[in-house]
Amino acid sequence: MAKPRIKVPKKVSAGDVITIKTLVSHKMESGQRKDKEGKPIPRMIINKFSCEFNGTPVFSCDIDPAIAANPYFEFKAKVEEAGTFKFTWVDDEGEVIEAEKEISLS
Amino acid sequence: MTKQSFHRRAFLSASAAAALSAFFGSGRVFAEAADVAKAIEAFTAGSEAGEGALTLTTPEIAENGNSVPVSVLVESPMTADDYVESVMLLAEGNPLPEVATFNFTPMSGEAKASTRMRLAKTQNVVALAKLSNGEIYKASNNVKVTIGGCGG
Repeated sequence: MAKPRIKVPKKVSAGDVITIKTLVSHKMESGQRKDKEGKPIPRMIINKFSCEFNGTPVFSCDIDPAIAANPYFEFKAKVEEAGTFKFTWVDDEGEVIEAEKEISLS
Repeated sequence: MTKQSFHRRAFLSASAAAALSAFFGSGRVFAEAADVAKAIEAFTAGSEAGEGALTLTTPEIAENGNSVPVSVLVESPMTADDYVESVMLLAEGNPLPEVATFNFTPMSGEAKASTRMRLAKTQNVVALAKLSNGEIYKASNNVKVTIGGCGG
């Protein structure tokens, strides 16, 4: 699966609240559409996104079919120490996409 | 209004309707008020929702219902004893009202999040916020959708 696109500042001061932006390629088939023969196209979406920092949950999202294709999330994180953000996306077929970003203190 | 502009308008609404039926097929059933009430009840567990602390930002007019930006912000100190647990987004006029639920932690620093959603037609978008102290806040916006989207 395609590599997710993630924006995290490389360097921050301790205590800063930073903005994180993530985008991952996924068709997010809603389960509401029908094919040419009128048969429903089965649902196939990313249903969970989560972000951890050094193993502690920061933000997560439970996703329903009304989230647009190639789901985009923008959220905040308070950074007190250097470390690693871990991002996880899980879809209806159980496929997991993972990515990591390191951050250091300036 | 000139005859020409009238025709243009008729064409626009006809093509919007055609686009909608292409996405949904005929006989599409939209979410009913009962589904929305059920989703709200499940989230709030019957607590009364206040107003003010929660800001919901959506465009007034969305030209393409396939990707409508939406953003929520809840005023909160986001400390270990006083933070925003989650914010649920609902689209009252979609086939399924649930859009997404954001889960925050004190590590979030600020209870603010944005995404892009699908809207089937012009409708109200509702956001509900649940705080760690059990308080519930509600906000809702009307979004006019030119071309509905539920497909991809």
